[in-house]
Amino acid sequence: MSIALAIGVASTLCARAAGATGSEAEQLRAELAATRAAFETRIAALEARLGAIETPPTKGEPVRSEQLDTIESRLQQVEIVANQPPQTSANAFNPQMSVILAGTWANLDENPDDYMLGGFVPAGGEGGPGERGFSLGETELTLSASIDPLFYGQVTFAVDAGDEISAEEALVRTSALPDGFTAQFGRFYSALAYQNAQHAHTWDFSDIPLVYQAMFGGQYKTEGLQLKWLAPLEQFVELGVEFGNGDQFPGQDDGNGVGAYTLFASTGNDIGASASWKGGIAWLGTEAGSRVYAEPDPSRQDVSNPTEFNGDSTTWNTYLVYKWAPNGNGQEHHFTLQGEYFDRHEDGVMLQLNTSRGNGRSSYRGDPSGWYLQGVYQFMPRWRVGLRYDSLDSGTLRLRSLDGVLRDADFPTLATYDPDRTTLMLDYSPTEYSRLRLQYAHDQSAPGATDQQLYLQYLMSLGAHGAHQF
Amino acid sequence: MKHLLSRTWFIGVLAALCMPAQAALNVLSCEAEWAALASEIGGKRLNVSSATTGQQDPHRIEARPSLIARVRNADLLVCTGLDLEAGWLPVLLQQSGNRRIQPGQPGNFVAGNLVPRLELPTQLDRAQGDVHGSGNPHIQLNPHNLVPVGEALATRLGELDPANAEAYRAAYADFRARLEFAMQRWEQQAVALNGVGVIAHHKDMVYLFDWLGMREIGNLEPKPGLEPSSAHLAALLQQLRQDPARMVLHTPYQSERASQWLSAQASIPAVMIPNTVGGTDAATDLFTLFEDIISRLLGGLQ
Repeated sequence: MSIALAIGVASTLCARAAGATGSEAEQLRAELAATRAAFETRIAALEARLGAIETPPTKGEPVRSEQLDTIESRLQQVEIVANQPPQTSANAFNPQMSVILAGTWANLDENPDDYMLGGFVPAGGEGGPGERGFSLGETELTLSASIDPLFYGQVTFAVDAGDEISAEEALVRTSALPDGFTAQFGRFYSALAYQNAQHAHTWDFSDIPLVYQAMFGGQYKTEGLQLKWLAPLEQFVELGVEFGNGDQFPGQDDGNGVGAYTLFASTGNDIGASASWKGGIAWLGTEAGSRVYAEPDPSRQDVSNPTEFNGDSTTWNTYLVYKWAPNGNGQEHHFTLQGEYFDRHEDGVMLQLNTSRGNGRSSYRGDPSGWYLQGVYQFMPRWRVGLRYDSLDSGTLRLRSLDGVLRDADFPTLATYDPDRTTLMLDYSPTEYSRLRLQYAHDQSAPGATDQQLYLQYLMSLGAHGAHQF
Repeated sequence: MKHLLSRTWFIGVLAALCMPAQAALNVLSCEAEWAALASEIGGKRLNVSSATTGQQDPHRIEARPSLIARVRNADLLVCTGLDLEAGWLPVLLQQSGNRRIQPGQPGNFVAGNLVPRLELPTQLDRAQGDVHGSGNPHIQLNPHNLVPVGEALATRLGELDPANAEAYRAAYADFRARLEFAMQRWEQQAVALNGVGVIAHHKDMVYLFDWLGMREIGNLEPKPGLEPSSAHLAALLQQLRQDPARMVLHTPYQSERASQWLSAQASIPAVMIPNTVGGTDAATDLFTLFEDIISRLLGGLQ
């Protein structure tokens, strides 16, 4: 320090002694030369640094100062990218978060509290046309992330109509099994049908097809294990099996072991550059142990008889989906045709605690079935129109009393009837994150009551927007 | 007999499944430019294909069953990343049952991280439209970006297929020499484009403009990913009165309507340029792609 000071003082004195005349001009000139040298070195340095990233500007041209500025700003860009420090906070590993806000306004001719599906054993669950007036739809929160190199986890919480929060899905999926195998366990939407495996906000209509309401009371969830295998072929061929708890209708929890088995197979391919299809077939086998529902008493108003079913239930599904978009670009126009068919066989015993006639037992065989077909067309960017037809067949009622107590009339709910529904939809999606929908349905779910249903719905997506399945 | 038949069939299938991997690597790219780059480096040693064509918008692809099957059989997946494929690639990865190409594995190659990115957002908000958090992902339109990507791809191919590592390196060196030579030629041809103001449909040509010194005066889309609206187009036309553009540009898969309208109103040509290999009949590989782009741009200046 003191040495530097001494040198500084000495040099100043020397300069004063030497430059008595014109020293100011001399100094300016020296400064200018230094600046020019610095300027040129800066250009050379910048060019050298840029050279590592891109080729320098054409040789032989002097570098202009505005060019220098662009070089500098581009360099800064590169350096920002290169020098971004890795996030070190614990939050850096937070899972992806995605929120779906949904809600409806409904105008229903018939009271939704009296809703029934004629000819079908009530499936409970989220069946029916929902609430009248304004209501919150399925508002969902999904968290997902890789757990480690072997596992991926996802949980979806949903607020249902009763303002209760429940885990729609809570699953772990493998990401490192060899040879086309994928396993998933926890609670998840079963792969036993096409639309079943898709979250409500991706549906093309505001509600689920009637056949799902009849067969499962909505989407079929299971808790258990799913194993899938994708064949190493040019064409998509997937086989899978599920072992579930079988809690949900048509099954019934019955203690240890596996309550439901699912087998499924699907395949699909492209048809040229503009169209593609996917189809599948699946089987669900489950057992019902004391599956209870209330059967209205035919001879007394406002009295219902507890009825329980014990037996086997098997359900078949087959589906076909066709999608078209010119050259595979769905931006302007695209079209989707989707259809599914379900067929169920149940075999067992019905027990009824009948208030008028006493307790009785009847053997029961049911073969309800149903299908839907829907088409959705985007006729201009952002605007889609859709038409869906639902048709159910309650099958033939085959009840045989085992003790002579009960007659067919004691099962009014199961009286043969074929519900159907026609639905029209128009929706507008300002961006891929928001959608507004108008829907009208002509619903003949129950004998003697035609329900006209009008819905307005909004669907909004916040945060990480997951990719959609085909 | 039937029993015997089913048994031979079963053994046959088993044998087919347990066969060792074929000699040639299966390379699947998300976009056609990376398939073209892999072909330059691997030539006949690779089975290269692209999940999308030059006629398709890489933002909006359905996760089709055929694509899942192709990802299932890929040894190497080459994609841009930077959220460009966020709408469909995660589904393919998840359903493919292929552990070799999962993120972080040697079989998963991301090109976007290897080049200097433009338009890094300072603020992430969907009110700004479809912004990409890691910068603009349409990196392929500046041929200089093919150098770091090509080099890394040659290295990666060599790691996956060590027997041919030297051949990949040599092929890349040859490709780079041809590219450097071509780039000099293109840059000389495109001198006239320096400083030229243009309107682009979507923000997917900024790397091209950055390379050739062109100015993007505005976009037909009011915000990235939003359809052109009449109000926005009218405002754009007003803006062009102050700062005239020489042409309005769009890619093969973008609707021509808005371009044609602005072209007629502002009396400037609407020019379609391919933004990847296969976008036009002339753009058959990476070299003809840039030749076609430059000749179309120069044609628009006439």
